Amino acid sequence: MTGQPILEVENLRIDLALGGKRFPAVQDVSFTIDRGETLGLVGESGCGKSITALSLIGLLRDPLMIGGGTIRFNGREIQNLSASEMRKLRGNRISMIFQEPMTALNPLSPVGRQIAEMFVLHKGASWNEAEKLAVEALASVRVPAPERRVKDYPHQLSGGMRQRVMIAIALACGPDLLLADEPTTALDVTVQAEILDLIRELSSAKGTAVLMISHDLGLIANMCRRVGVMYAGRLVEERNAEDVFRSPSHPYTRGLVASLPQLGARARHGRQRLKEIAGVVPPVSAFPEGCRFNPRCYASTERCRAEDPGVTALGDGSFVRCHHHE
Amino acid sequence: MLSFIVRRLLQTLPIILAVAALIFLMFSVIPGTFASSMSDDGRSVLDAEVMARMNKEFGLEDPVYVRFGKYIAQLATFDLGTSFRSRQPVADVIAERLWPTAQLALASMLFAIAVGVPLGFIAALRPGSWIDTFSMVGAVSGLSLPKFWLGLMLMYLFALVLGWLPSFGYGGGSLRYLILPSIALGVAPLALLARTTRAAVLEIMNADFVRTARSKGMSESKVVRWHLTRNALVIILTTIGLQFGTVIGQAVVIEKLFSWPGLGSLLVDSVTLRDIPVVQGSILVIVLLFLLINMLVDVLCAIIDPRIKYT
Repeated sequence: MTGQPILEVENLRIDLALGGKRFPAVQDVSFTIDRGETLGLVGESGCGKSITALSLIGLLRDPLMIGGGTIRFNGREIQNLSASEMRKLRGNRISMIFQEPMTALNPLSPVGRQIAEMFVLHKGASWNEAEKLAVEALASVRVPAPERRVKDYPHQLSGGMRQRVMIAIALACGPDLLLADEPTTALDVTVQAEILDLIRELSSAKGTAVLMISHDLGLIANMCRRVGVMYAGRLVEERNAEDVFRSPSHPYTRGLVASLPQLGARARHGRQRLKEIAGVVPPVSAFPEGCRFNPRCYASTERCRAEDPGVTALGDGSFVRCHHHE
Repeated sequence: MLSFIVRRLLQTLPIILAVAALIFLMFSVIPGTFASSMSDDGRSVLDAEVMARMNKEFGLEDPVYVRFGKYIAQLATFDLGTSFRSRQPVADVIAERLWPTAQLALASMLFAIAVGVPLGFIAALRPGSWIDTFSMVGAVSGLSLPKFWLGLMLMYLFALVLGWLPSFGYGGGSLRYLILPSIALGVAPLALLARTTRAAVLEIMNADFVRTARSKGMSESKVVRWHLTRNALVIILTTIGLQFGTVIGQAVVIEKLFSWPGLGSLLVDSVTLRDIPVVQGSILVIVLLFLLINMLVDVLCAIIDPRIKYT
């Protein structure tokens, strides 16, 4: 059991139904997450990273649906589980933190009650017991005076505090896998670090594996040993975090790394334009032929426009999807 | 909370003043007085001397601003004046009519709430289903049907053809007499409530916190019970409060049609007779009712939604 990964995703496809047609919003996505491991997933907005996470927890809603592939959780295929079977996993074994702590909590319900729901749903606790457990859960995410805070409503808490509440909810049942979808994007920089530390600390204490989704490469580098880079619904590169930054293989990853602003760069090199990747992510209905990155790629050739590059293994579980990888 | 209520009650004072001023202005512009309305049958001609004496008796020969000042002074002592027609205190005349109107308004709103809110919920939870399509088409029709026509059709069907219910009258407050006018009056707010509820529920269904609730592994029925209902209730309650005003206003037509002895028919009769004190009093009471109900709604909303401050 110990050697088995907690999550194995193989050739996952997510379809978007638009006007009677189905477009693959996510395609050929395969990755595994070991127990207790943290995998990073980076990419621009609209590249499919959030819906990949939603598909893992069975929360895709019309017009999005899983179009193919397998998702094995703890060795068990879960992509076709019945709604009630999925509900037993969701929140309990796999949980999720969302981007917007402002709106992710019910404004009309005290936060203690929203945490307590987890114990009622999955642990068979009574509301009384659950409220007590909620105080402990709130204390575990280092909210001061938790026995008073449980009675607070979300609007009485700051963004960072609300995200702590979300973490308390997500980790309440000690899940095996936590999906963190841009958990700090909406927060101040100083609060970001606290929240990330909290996620790192609590997940390693409970042995929870984390899928950390972000468009922030710095954050990913900090949190994860391995990183997957997504572009237009595909994983274009998966490497060790260090390698990705030191020697990115895929032209897209190189663009991402190059576009990172550097503190003090202006003092050293004078005023310069920030580097960017020209163009925008194509809409799902208009993915280009061949390599999906070819219209924006500096290394694009005839072959890239005609032929979809397959996966090239780089050893040690790493791979890149490019005709010109180095 | 208490200071909130007191403040809201004080806020009604300028509104009442404005309403009273508006009515005075209206009656000084439209032709005819109580005295002239007595001779409006076209045959008898009232002696000019008698008319002058009546006008003097009712204080109608003073300029409008003097009469307005006197009226407001009177109002400040909670005196609504005396009816020209019956020579009874207006307060007594209105008190007599208040309960039937309250009965009618409450019954029609209860009907609207009991049918409209669940219908909106079902439609929203099964969007695109036949119930959704059917109820929303029904809601549009319900909003566009003229009330007097609907009333007549109900009378025709249930009183004349089927003979199940009395066609009109108060029947000493018997429930059987209440049914048809309440339905006729309640269909429009029902339709509006169904639509508002559906829109509110659909919007909340897409809210982030509902997604969070689902991510907790909650069944859809628990999502609805634990997270959706309270949020939808705030919007629904506000709609109910506003609809109460519409219902009381439209009761005028229905009361006339069903010979219902309420404020509405009193108002219509008094306008015809230019019985200004009664018109004044009735409208003020109606406005006050509307304000009170909406204050109640605001208090309820503030209890449900902790973000609402008592201001």
